[in-house]
Parts: sequence; structure tokens; C-alpha cells
Amino acid sequence: MTQTTRRMLLAGVGALALALAASPASAQKKYDEGATDTEIKIGNTNPYSGNLSAYGTIGKAIDAYFKMVNEQGGINGRKINFTSYDDGYSPPKTVEMVRKLVEEDKVLFVFQTLGTPPNTAIQKYLNAKKVPQLFVATGASKWGHYKDNPWTMGFQTDYVTESIIYAKHILANVKDPKIGVLMQNDDYGKDYYNGFKTGLGKDADKLIVQLSTYEPTDPTVDSQMIQLKNSGANVFFNITTPKFAAQAIRKAAEIGWKPAHYINNVSTSVATVMKPAGFENGQGILMAQYLKDPTDPQYHKDKDFLEWKAFMQKYYPNGNLTDGSNGYAYAVSNLLHVVLKQCGDDLTRANVMKQAANIKGVQLPMVIDGIKANTSPTDFYPLQSLKMHRFKGESWEPFGEVISGEATN
Amino acid sequence: MATTTAENGVAAGRRISLGRARWLWVALVVLALLPIVGGKTGLISDYGFLQLSLMIVYAIAVLGLILLTGFNGQISLGHGAFFAVGAYTSAVLIDQMNWPSLATLPVAAIVCFLVGYLFGLPALRLEGHYLALATFALAVAVPQILKYRHFEWFTHGVQGINIFKPDPPFGLPLSGDQWMYLVVLAVAVVMFWIARNLLDSRTGRAMTAIRDHTLAASTMGVNVAHYKTVVFGISALYTGVAGALHAIIFEFVAPDSFRFELSIAILVGAVVGGIASLPGAVIGGVFVQVIEKYADALTKKITAAVNLPLDLEPWTIYGIALIVLMYTMPMGIAGGLALLWRRLKGS
Repeated sequence: MTQTTRRMLLAGVGALALALAASPASAQKKYDEGATDTEIKIGNTNPYSGNLSAYGTIGKAIDAYFKMVNEQGGINGRKINFTSYDDGYSPPKTVEMVRKLVEEDKVLFVFQTLGTPPNTAIQKYLNAKKVPQLFVATGASKWGHYKDNPWTMGFQTDYVTESIIYAKHILANVKDPKIGVLMQNDDYGKDYYNGFKTGLGKDADKLIVQLSTYEPTDPTVDSQMIQLKNSGANVFFNITTPKFAAQAIRKAAEIGWKPAHYINNVSTSVATVMKPAGFENGQGILMAQYLKDPTDPQYHKDKDFLEWKAFMQKYYPNGNLTDGSNGYAYAVSNLLHVVLKQCGDDLTRANVMKQAANIKGVQLPMVIDGIKANTSPTDFYPLQSLKMHRFKGESWEPFGEVISGEATN
Repeated sequence: MATTTAENGVAAGRRISLGRARWLWVALVVLALLPIVGGKTGLISDYGFLQLSLMIVYAIAVLGLILLTGFNGQISLGHGAFFAVGAYTSAVLIDQMNWPSLATLPVAAIVCFLVGYLFGLPALRLEGHYLALATFALAVAVPQILKYRHFEWFTHGVQGINIFKPDPPFGLPLSGDQWMYLVVLAVAVVMFWIARNLLDSRTGRAMTAIRDHTLAASTMGVNVAHYKTVVFGISALYTGVAGALHAIIFEFVAPDSFRFELSIAILVGAVVGGIASLPGAVIGGVFVQVIEKYADALTKKITAAVNLPLDLEPWTIYGIALIVLMYTMPMGIAGGLALLWRRLKGS
């Protein structure tokens, strides 16, 4: 009975497909573990606890986004089942949680796992298992190495591109630069630092007068800031995550150090960095960004901003409307939405990867106008452009043109 | 009359221990058959086997601490450090020199014995809480040492080391996790068997004598310094082997895996399980893995189920469980169960 109905249904669908002159492949449904006629399972890890828990809002906002998608009927008729675990930004915990996601929860792929060390820890495993590691929440340049890791893809403009832009800006605008660098002692920090040195060129070692590092588990960076001030640097490149960025900005003001201050866009959220640091302490700080800052009034009439705001109020009412991370989550979720739509009824892991590498000129919401997502089988860097910003009053003010970097395979 | 009762008592005791041994065998066979029964029917996922293996691994680590603290009276708050040394020994040998995974176990054992022995030498001068602090310092220092810039060429710094666990040999129809579960189980059985025999021997009696009354023991001719350092070494060896097994089944080591919380977890496992009891080590191992990993999820579920208006911290359940256990079973779960068993028998 059911057999016949199903067969009849299939025949009907086939006939319909033919009648509509659609490609016959579209009637063929293909699934890997984690996808069915009714559901797509997606896994994620985020630091909901620990030192970097400020990022945890990204996981919550993504969850809210897919709640909205499901309420609107899902993607191609399938509901999104988004499972997110706390890893506290601790790589061993990430390994365990991702194994749980793949082996026990049986997700189709993992999406937006956060942080460079956690993603590095799971990359080998996921590539060996051929489970896509999509749009990871870190800007390390290595996530675009499609030849070594064909199942991994980044999202945001990578750190190398970003720091080259800073280096060029310093060389063009600061007379006789003596540069002090504060760096988180891990791959993420080193990626920025190496890109920065590349950007400075031959004289890099002469221009950088002091490199101070800290561990993500350290309580403060006070002593490093004093060290940097005493080095006599007149330029400060601040490679830190939000909590430490706020500490560094505050400490610099406290000890009366006023260098030309460049901060990595990892830590430019007004809510989690600039406000805790004290607005008066952050005036004039420079950074390059691809996201729209939700606190900047110039964006407040944009259509995508209003949509995002309505989404936040309805689906994530506890979320902070001044936190750029929530805009980021909205943008990256939207990109995944586009990819899954493109996948159609072929929800195999291979096709998810294929469609992720087939994004053509998508303007994402909450991303600065003119910065478009593009990928191809040889370009695993979706976003690659930035705009310079300066902190003024209580928000970031953009200036200059959109600057594009090259793929750094 | 009196003699017969005594004899009966002895016979009964022997019967009980025989019965116990039989139950132990049954339990072991059931555990060994799990990959075939649970794995093939899909009841237990590979991730499930990883969890089981981790419980056994922590049981071995807790056993190491129990030998030291429970049977020799030396307190250590730093066994996570030996766990880390074992794990890194294994991981570096596999990663840098392409050693077969299981061949690294004896090396990790020897390295950890030496480290423990050498650490035990100066620690001999420290008693009670001073020793606890010294070992605690070790636990805090080790993750930092692993991140040290000049060791990075072989420790890979904070990024840690990714390794792959071995495939089952002879084309056995088992997954990697199922095979490693069997290996871990076998290692644990051997380690527990050795520990039991050790405690049953002259050395074991000397160990407990030192714990109970150091001065009296030395008067009786026990070489206190010698025994204390050797026991420290053996204890480190046990915990180090657990660390090496952890590295292999987990396929990843990083300094963050061995923060001082791990040392505390091992100590809590030993105390909760039963500080001077071998079955206590097994219970402690299960406790470390289950409570540590699921307290968070459980807290969330309870908060949601009871509709609590407050946001409970993830460690709330853990704290409550610990307090309740310490009040109701001061001798640990193993001690508590034994007491319960005796009461039931008595009534």
C-alpha cells in the first residue's frame, strides 16, 4: 500500500519534472548521513563558557536564524536541526564535541566552529572522515588551502590580507614608524603577525621594535602593555581577542601611551570591546572591516540592517543589538542558507562542498555594500575585501574605498 | 564450637571471594564482548566506545593516585602533570618518529616512572600539605612548559599534536575505536592485577605501614625514603600510562588538555571512588568521565525541565553531587557500598 503510494508519488513527481522540462536530476534525491526528506542536521561548537565566552553569542544567533528559517518552512522543504556544543575555546574539548556531533548526532556537516586552535584540532579528523568543515569562524589564511584540506572552507577576509592592508597604511601614513605588537600566542596571532611582516617588506624586523605575547588563558595583558610602552613604539598593532583588546586599550590610556593604534577586526565590537574599554580611551583607533557595525547610524536605514534588527527582536530578544558578532552570525548563516538552497535535493557531503565552492557574487546582509562573497573550486576564500575605519565618538567611521586582497593559497 | 564458627567464617569468606572473582570474570567477559554485541548491533556508537575507553583510562590514572595517596599516605595535587608527560611521550614518538602507537606505551611508562621517581626525591623532604603544594605547582607548570617556545618544534605549542589511532590488526572486523577499547581494557586489567599483587606483597605492607605510622615503620626496619620515592615513581607510571592511552584513543594532545583542573579531577575521582580501594579506582574513573562531561548538560536539562528562573552555572550539579557524596559516603562510593552491603547482610 505505502509502497504503491510512494511509487505513484515518485512517478507523479517525475512526470511533473518532465512536464516542467526541468533537469531529470532534480527529481533524484541523494542523501548522506545527516540529511533526510524532512531534515538537515548541522553541527557546531562555540565557547559559551570560559575566557572567550563573548563569542558565544554567535552560536546563539545562528541558532535563532535557523529557528526563523524553520518557521518560514525550512530550506527546500527541509527543517534545519542545528546542534551546538560548548567547547570553551579548548581544542581537546572541541575534538570530543565534534566527534560526538559526527558519530553520535550524525550531522551532515559542521558549520562555523569557532577559533583557530579548535578548528586546527579537528581539521585532520574531519578531512579524513570527509565531513565538510564549512565557513569556520576564524580568519586564518590556512582555511583556504583547498588542495591540502578539500573539506575545509573559511568565511571572513583572512588575517593575512587584513594585516597587509594595515602594514601598507602604516608605511603610507606614519612618519618614521616604530612598531610595537601585542599578539595572542597561537596560530591566529602568528598568522596576523606573519602577514604583517610580509606587508612591511624587507625592513620588517627593523620597523618592529617590540613583540609581546600573551596566552589566551592569561588573566590580563597589563605587563605586556607596560613593556610595549617602554620600547618607545609610536605604532601599536593590537592582535588580541575581545577581552584582551579591551584590557589593552584601557591599559594604554591608563599608562598614557598614545601610539597610532591599529586593532585587528576580530576585536572591534563596540559592545564587547570598545564600551568595556571606555569610549574616551578608544578614540582614533584604526581597523579594516567587512561587516557593518550595527551601532553606526549611517547603516540604520539600510534594508538589510532593518531586517536583521527585526530578526533579532523576534528570534533572539536577549541578544545585544550593538554587538557586531550578531550581525556576523546573521551574514554567515545567510551564506549557508544560499549554499543549502543551491544543493537542492542532492544533500550529499560532496555536493555541499561543491556548492560551497560555487558562490557567485553574493551580497550578504550586514556586510558592507560592495563586498561580495565569491568562491570557486580553486578559491576557498568567500570574502576578500575590507574598508578602513576609525573609531570616533561611540562608533566606527568608515573612510576610503573598499580594498581587495588576493587569494593567499 | 568457637573454632567451627571461625572455620565456617573463613570458608564463607573464601566462598565470597571466590564468588566475587567469578563475578569479576563475568563482568570482564561482558565488557570484552561489548564491541561485538554493542558495536555490531549499533547500540553503542564509536563515540560511545571512546567514552567507555576514557572511563577506563581515568580509572588507571586514579589508580595511580590511590596507590600513592590511599596506600602510602602521600598527597598529590599534581597527577595531571604525569598524565601529560605520558601523553606527550606517546604523541611525540608517534608524530616525530613514526612509532607504532602501542609500542610507545612502555616508553611512556618508563619515562613517567623516572620523572615521578626524580620528583619524589626532593618531595621526600615535604610532608602533608607542603607536598600537596609542591605537586600542585608541577601541575600548573606543565602546560606552560609544553607551550615553551623552544620546545615548539616537537610539542607544536598550543596547537597540540594530531595523531591517528591504529587500525585493528589481522583485519579484525572492528572499528578503530572498538579495537582501542579492547586494548585499553586489557591494559587496565593487567595494571589492576599488578597493583593488587603489589599491595598483597611485602612492599604493599611496607607502603601501608608507612602510611599508618611512618616512625613505627622505620623502627621496624622499613626503608621509608626508598619506599616513598619508588611508590611515587610507580604512581607516576600508572598515571603516565593512562596519559599515553588517552593520547592514542583521543588522537590529539594539547597543553590545554592537561590544565590543573585535570589533577583536581583525578584527586576528586580517587576520593569519590574510595581513596584506599582498588574498586574505588574504577568508580572514580567513571565518575571523572561521566560527571565532568555530563554535569554541564544535566544542569541545562534540569534548568529547562523544572523551569528554574535562574541561570545555573554549568558546575552546579557537580558541586552538589560532590557535597552530597562526601556527607553520605565519607569513605567514597566503594566504601559506602561495602558498608551498605554489610548492613544488608547483617539485618
